[in-house]
Amino acid sequence: MSSTVAPKTANPSVAAPPPRAPRVELRSLDTLWFQVAGTVCNLACRHCFISCSPTNHTHEFMPLAEVERYLAEGAQLGVKEYYFTGGEPFLNPEMERILEATLKVGPAHVLTNGLLLDDERCRRLKLLAEGSPYSLDLRVSLDGLTAEANDPIRGAGSFDRVMAAVRKLAEVGINPVLTVTEVLAENGSAEGKESFLDLLRTLGVDKPRLKVLPIFQIGAEAERGGAYQSWQRLAEGDVMEQGWDHLQCSSCRMVTGQGVWVCPILVNEPQGRMGETLADTLNSYPLDHPACWTCHVHGVSCRT
Amino acid sequence: MGNRPPQDEAERQRLAEERARLAAHRGKATWGEKLVPLGEFRAAVERSGRVLAGEERAAEVASYTAPRGDKVAVEGPYSKVIVFGGVYNNHRALAALLDEAERRGAEAIYCLGDLGGFGPSPNEVRPLLEAGAVRTIQGNYEESLAGGAEDCNCGYADPRDNHFAKLSYGYTAEQTAADFKRWMGQLPCRRRIRVGNKEVLLVHGSPRRINEFLFASTSPDPFLEVLLEQEDCDLLLCTHTGLHWRRTLPSARQVANVGVIGRPANDGTTQVWFAVLEAQTSGEVAIELVPLVYDHLELAAEMRREGLPAEFVETILTGWWTTCLEVLPPRERALSKY
Ligand code: SF4
Ligand code: SF4
Repeated sequence: MSSTVAPKTANPSVAAPPPRAPRVELRSLDTLWFQVAGTVCNLACRHCFISCSPTNHTHEFMPLAEVERYLAEGAQLGVKEYYFTGGEPFLNPEMERILEATLKVGPAHVLTNGLLLDDERCRRLKLLAEGSPYSLDLRVSLDGLTAEANDPIRGAGSFDRVMAAVRKLAEVGINPVLTVTEVLAENGSAEGKESFLDLLRTLGVDKPRLKVLPIFQIGAEAERGGAYQSWQRLAEGDVMEQGWDHLQCSSCRMVTGQGVWVCPILVNEPQGRMGETLADTLNSYPLDHPACWTCHVHGVSCRT
Repeated sequence: MGNRPPQDEAERQRLAEERARLAAHRGKATWGEKLVPLGEFRAAVERSGRVLAGEERAAEVASYTAPRGDKVAVEGPYSKVIVFGGVYNNHRALAALLDEAERRGAEAIYCLGDLGGFGPSPNEVRPLLEAGAVRTIQGNYEESLAGGAEDCNCGYADPRDNHFAKLSYGYTAEQTAADFKRWMGQLPCRRRIRVGNKEVLLVHGSPRRINEFLFASTSPDPFLEVLLEQEDCDLLLCTHTGLHWRRTLPSARQVANVGVIGRPANDGTTQVWFAVLEAQTSGEVAIELVPLVYDHLELAAEMRREGLPAEFVETILTGWWTTCLEVLPPRERALSKY
């Protein structure tokens, strides 16, 4: 083909991959993610690496029946844990029934922004958790210790609403993991971590838990904080076999309404889609996206 | 917060930008950092990846779940063995365990690793292991000590947990004799034994990773079924988490975390736990998880003499964990005092 005409499948956001990116084998399918609310969210955070918002329908809600098909296939393949994300999972009207179905076959984790956690829902979630032999874990996102620090990133009023949500969870006896990104550098420092743990204590969480995640310079975050530089790419030999455990794509897959993807990070890249069923996606994957560089350098595990 | 005009202006601008951003998403897909018509994104998705035929899918699943064959020699056969893990330098509990093994007439004793950390006087452990002819596999502690690693490879994120993990590892690393460390380095990472007519796989964390946690509430049945299928065994025994549990799977295979003898099971009692495997006349194997009482007061006194943290001594005396709680899943954490 002519060098002046880009092939139809070319990704408009990413230059041609470097030659021979390292390939990661799927060691074991331990973690199965569901983009259960698609890219639809009731917030539109400035650092959201998949640019979720009320109007973003790149990925749509997943109906219960579709989730159940993958749960059955996941059980057959021995999946160890299920993660639910979006967008905001609780926007999906079937979310609680989806959790009920999941908790029959394994532990479930929900990544939520907390906005839809009212008293009633907190109580129902507590019942769901008590009705299963497996753990139900909620991860609630926050990005600053005060409204002044948090809200410019996550949206006006979000700080107060998260505070209220965590308080309600603590009241019904659910101990959420507070998830914080390094969008503010101080969030990840030892002092920052202590301050977030203290904040949880003031909200009535007596056994506070915290998870700090690096940021991916894609999606909305690329606009806010800048995109990747051309040198931030992996080449053959960068990732040794011993390093694979640090890459979640060696032990996870992500299901959306449009099939099965390599990981929860690349759902806005058509090339991240590996197949239709889990069985289609047990093969290896080339790490030729700049976000892979972040995973490699930070050893990101999105697990709790 | 004042209502000074410059702020209002900035706020108005921000809201306008926000609205523009949301409006831009309508009917579009985010492809990387670009917005493209939804149809274009969906068409590219359709072309990406592979879609196998029915029989190819079945073959993929079959090869994924097929036994992987580790070629480890099978020891035994036995009719009664004792299996324990997590000594954590608790030589007093280890001595009590050896007495118990003799009393019960066990034919062999197996240790699933994590000899050091937490407790006092690491070098007391080795002569006891030798006296009891204990067959040991390597835990993450042995792996780290033998390899001269800087920490125990537990990977704590909480600064407080990390602080205590470092203290306990540092003490053990400094005190453990060089030839004891070398001995740890040559320990196997797994063993297979035959009890009755069943084959039992012994590992530290999990068959896949020395430091993987198998907690009851995060080890679902379907996961364990596939794991035992891949490992080609009837029973799987592990330790590493500090919490004992056992389960019979729908296929009748069994899994047990034998717990640890080094510190209590975070249940408010001072006893520690181990497992007895006994062949039944049918050839089936019964797994019994057994509490062990030992002289914990003496151990606490020794820990104090050695200058170990008061938080560790408290655990020995009260039965509640005071550190490294962050790894507990919600269900196990809810039962915990701290
Ligand atoms: S970061 Fe989370 S809460 Fe914020 S827009 Fe993205 S999905 Fe929604
Ligand atoms: S973004 Fe991270 S998890 Fe996804 S394929 Fe790249 S390295 Fe793997």
